[in-house]
Amino acid sequence: MRRTAIIVYTASGEKQLQTPNVLEMRGICKSFPGVRALHDVSFTLRSGEVHALMGENGAGKSTLIKVMTGVYEKDSGQITVEGKAMHFRSPQDAQAFGVGTVYQEISLCHNLTVAENMFIGRGRYAFVDWKGMREKTARLLDSLGIPARPTQQLSSCSLAVQQMIAIARAIDMDCRILILDEPTSSLDEDEVRKLFSLMRELKSRGVGIVFVTHFLDQVYEISDRITVLRNGEFIGDYDASSLPQLELVSKMMGKALDDVSQIKKREVPALEGGAPVFEAQGLSSAAGVRPFDFAIRKGEVNGFTGLLGSGRSESVRAIYAADKVTGGEIKVHGRKARIGEPIQAMKLGIGYLPEDRKGDGIIAELSVRDNIILALQVMKGFFKPFSRKEAESFADEYIERLNIKTASTSTPIKSLSGGNQQKVILARWLLTHPEYLILDEPTRGIDVGTKVEIQKLVLKLAEEGVSVTFISSEIEEMLRTCSRLIVMKDRAIVGELSGESLTERDVLHVIAGGGE
Amino acid sequence: MARMRSRGFQVFLPLSVLAILILINLIKGADYFSISIINGALYGNIPNILFGASELVILSIGMTLVTSSSGGQDISVGVAGAITSSVFVRLLLSSGGITWAAILAAFLASCAVGIAIGAFNGALVAVFKVQPMVATLILFTAGRSVAFLIDGRLSPILANDLTSQVGSVIPGVPIQTPIILTAVFIALFAVLLRTTNLKLYSQCVGINQKAARLNGINPVRIKFLTYMILGVCSAVAGFIAVTKAGRHDSVNLLKYVEMDAILAVAIGGNPLGGGTFSIAGSIIGAYTIEVLNRTLLRLEVDTETIKAFKAAFIIILMVIASPVVRQFAARGSRWMRDRLGGSAQAGQR
Amino acid sequence: MNTIKRKETISNSNLLFAIAAVIFALMYGFAVLRYPRSFLQYQTFFDLFNLNAPLIILTLGLSIVMIGGGIDISVGAVTGLVTMCCAVFLESGRGSVGGSMLLALGIGLAFGLLQGFLIAYLEIQPFIITLAGMFLANGLLTTIHKDPLNVTMAEFVRLRDYSMVVPWLGTTNRLGNFIPLEVKPGTFVAALLIAALAVLMHWSRFGRNLYAVGGNSQSSLMLGINVRRTKFSSYALCGLLSGVAGFVFIMTTGAGNVGNASGFEMKAIAGSIIGGTMLSGGVGNLIGSPVGALTLLTINELIRAAGVNSNFQAIVSGLLLCVFIVLQSLVMWLRGAGGFKLALPAWLAPGGKGGRAG
Repeated sequence: MRRTAIIVYTASGEKQLQTPNVLEMRGICKSFPGVRALHDVSFTLRSGEVHALMGENGAGKSTLIKVMTGVYEKDSGQITVEGKAMHFRSPQDAQAFGVGTVYQEISLCHNLTVAENMFIGRGRYAFVDWKGMREKTARLLDSLGIPARPTQQLSSCSLAVQQMIAIARAIDMDCRILILDEPTSSLDEDEVRKLFSLMRELKSRGVGIVFVTHFLDQVYEISDRITVLRNGEFIGDYDASSLPQLELVSKMMGKALDDVSQIKKREVPALEGGAPVFEAQGLSSAAGVRPFDFAIRKGEVNGFTGLLGSGRSESVRAIYAADKVTGGEIKVHGRKARIGEPIQAMKLGIGYLPEDRKGDGIIAELSVRDNIILALQVMKGFFKPFSRKEAESFADEYIERLNIKTASTSTPIKSLSGGNQQKVILARWLLTHPEYLILDEPTRGIDVGTKVEIQKLVLKLAEEGVSVTFISSEIEEMLRTCSRLIVMKDRAIVGELSGESLTERDVLHVIAGGGE
Repeated sequence: MARMRSRGFQVFLPLSVLAILILINLIKGADYFSISIINGALYGNIPNILFGASELVILSIGMTLVTSSSGGQDISVGVAGAITSSVFVRLLLSSGGITWAAILAAFLASCAVGIAIGAFNGALVAVFKVQPMVATLILFTAGRSVAFLIDGRLSPILANDLTSQVGSVIPGVPIQTPIILTAVFIALFAVLLRTTNLKLYSQCVGINQKAARLNGINPVRIKFLTYMILGVCSAVAGFIAVTKAGRHDSVNLLKYVEMDAILAVAIGGNPLGGGTFSIAGSIIGAYTIEVLNRTLLRLEVDTETIKAFKAAFIIILMVIASPVVRQFAARGSRWMRDRLGGSAQAGQR
Repeated sequence: MNTIKRKETISNSNLLFAIAAVIFALMYGFAVLRYPRSFLQYQTFFDLFNLNAPLIILTLGLSIVMIGGGIDISVGAVTGLVTMCCAVFLESGRGSVGGSMLLALGIGLAFGLLQGFLIAYLEIQPFIITLAGMFLANGLLTTIHKDPLNVTMAEFVRLRDYSMVVPWLGTTNRLGNFIPLEVKPGTFVAALLIAALAVLMHWSRFGRNLYAVGGNSQSSLMLGINVRRTKFSSYALCGLLSGVAGFVFIMTTGAGNVGNASGFEMKAIAGSIIGGTMLSGGVGNLIGSPVGALTLLTINELIRAAGVNSNFQAIVSGLLLCVFIVLQSLVMWLRGAGGFKLALPAWLAPGGKGGRAG
């Protein structure tokens, strides 16, 4: 990789003057206690380009970005910005130099107003010019079409609006380098469009943009070059036009793509007959889903689909009583039941893997073992703890069965990679031997290999007679696994597709048209 | 592995501090461990430490639990002990004759009051989601006056053989009663942790309340429970303190003990922000504080200056345990190793 | 896309402050109606400041630290230490008033800097560090001088006895003599500090950064705020204010004493909380905190006027604190701010859709 950098310098020196490297990182190493996050990684960013940084989860993208912006200090390596050796000690340093960043987890302050969030931490001033700040913010929000007011408290804005505000802040900083780490994860298509046109405009002004995303289509739509990382190591940088999508994925995964095609055959069991395992009528919750009916049969895999915010997560949360249930009737195996708290759902044989792994799923500081046995332990009761031996054997069994990569059963789950954390949560529910398993975005934010494993597992469970509700933002995944799709829009069910009509085109049609 | 290592470190630090303190004591006088028998009971430095720290140990156990589940500290434990013991004294003095049965009944009643106090604090913390320190500030402010009102007069005196035996020595038993009570309490607590999922549940609630709920744990109930357990701890500590003192001084009984209890939790290596905990760490922490106090006395430090020394000690200990310093030390040792390794290689060449 | 909510929302800081102010006004109004003889006098109102200026100043310092998401329980002990050091210095024969002022500020600042460094740069838990600070100040205080020390230095006594007379705000006493209003210098110091610090927290970069750090220190770091320096400064400022409070204390009482300002830390925390500062950080108002402290002081005055057992002062203060805390909690719940929800049992919770009223 060092060779490529040299070639760029010597062979195309002429060209360099037109598109100089605004940022060059070479031989970057960074480790955390017990983990080697980056090893000898290089990255070059030219001005006026969109450069996608790609890699599976745990490949080191976010770490590399945090090294760029001075959040983390690198262990070794050099960073040159516009030809000068640079060392950012803190995000302030980086900001002062013209590096604007939108981090993966939105980093704004909820207790401040929109306007303050826009301007805090920028510039050298002793006193705040509230009026000027508000006016500037209002102009900026207007020009970007962000539906927020400068005086509004940030906590009252929706997640998507917060994301847009973070982007607006970075853009307004007049930066030379703009880093966008997963900026599109909570935006809808319209907003993504808007963001892309903005990025193009900045590009034409000569800003170098680093773009991280999990959506491959978006990479090819906007990027000029792609750098691929894998396991904290530099794999290479490529022109986007010369790297086919399939090859990109294989470079990210480091293996050929047989696995995905393997599960492309739909092996959905056709168990249409029989009484439903779970039924709901007129179910609604405090999270604002309109009353809906729902049923699932033994061994069936169905899914809720729809755009983000359509209410697909809220619906399954209502089934599990994760949000306060405000109405409706539930039947399990044809008998009436009441689910007011998750524990009641668990006792009825329902398992729920939440969408927000970090916030709702893992107990970060506890061991892998405790995280695995948690649900079963709670079902068994407060006064009946498992012995250490029992717990160990449960943990060992599922670590092997799901191929969870962990140093030991006592390792805190927070030190595992995202995909392995997800598998631990899955193990937690499999251990309870549920009759009905709800998986909300089990494949989000994890590497491609694990995604495939999880989809296979879903199908296998169905074969064993477990009913599964599967939700994913990636429609192909759902088409591959589900025999029935429930389409949602504006927090209500607008259609249901199964059998012949279960194609991507039909699903999109229902989502777009809002039903017949 | 990593967990084991951090666990090890967690107890290692207070233990090594304890060892250093004992070493200092031994240097000061080799008779440190000597035990004498007076009136059929054991006395000496070690029994005195165990005797003196009994209330603190009991309170720090409850404090650890509350810290774990609610991510905050109860600053009303001393006051709660004063209230429960005032109930104990009031009931005992108003009962016909002082018998073991009367003492037990009054003690149980004071435990009930302790639970009620715990329930009050727990309700504020769990239901109204008030920060623990703020919630318990209420009782901290009002509690001693309440205790005084229950007493009805200044410092009622418990002058009788039975309670003073509880506070010192029961004839025929070679160990001072508070030590036995503390040991029994620790044992009961160990049984509690063994036979229930209290530890797992309160850690879950302390680390991630939302996830705990989605896995069927009722966080409100667990927080409530931990506060009630702390209430019982306060009652037991109050009982021991008042029998030791022989009278109920509503103003000075268990004064400032809350600070020491929180300190014990911190010295034991438990994060004050909640989550994982080690009761053993807290117990060692509590004894460390007592040993420190007594070591300073033994070194003939002026009573006036003791607090300043204690402060310096806490600061040094916390600096050593701080993550920044540990990281720095790790980096330093790595640098040293690289240096030494590098020079060794150069030498080979 | 989401539509904009039309309603202009008031920030949590301001809302909690408004509640505190209203309650204070109601209570003072009640006091005036119930005990007009004493509470109608301007002197009574100003005496709240005259006698309690140190506590009010400490409340300010604590609010600042609490807004930054921290806590400082050493303030009372540091204030006590400052009074004793000043007394010893003034009585040493070589002391001067100006020198003792510098000494007071120096001691306060030294504590603030030390604690701030340990908390902000070494990331040690603030509660433990300031607890150690409290022990340290207490220990030093008793080491320096154990017995009460009355300052007799002429220059200082003049300062102690000085009070500004405001003839046009006086009242006529029972005997029909007109007594002009007296205002102590401590009152001016407190008033000045309230104004200055309120401005600092609302308009200065440091102030806004501190709100951000208290709200979410991780995000603040990402936004380019120097989190450590901001936290450090807040503790330093709080320490400095303890020094000021110490000097004002001895300027009011004229004596160094072991028990000076003991327990003030908790009173100051209570005052800050009633004034709408939240211990979790990021929410608070520098005008609210003195109002909170005044509310507590008014209660004490009321109970004194009612002539009941002094133990009820503490109990009523506790009850008031309780009411405030529950009220704040309810308000935050009704606003649904940040997903805040009360964990009421099912039979207590109001109908399904409740809980989001604004």
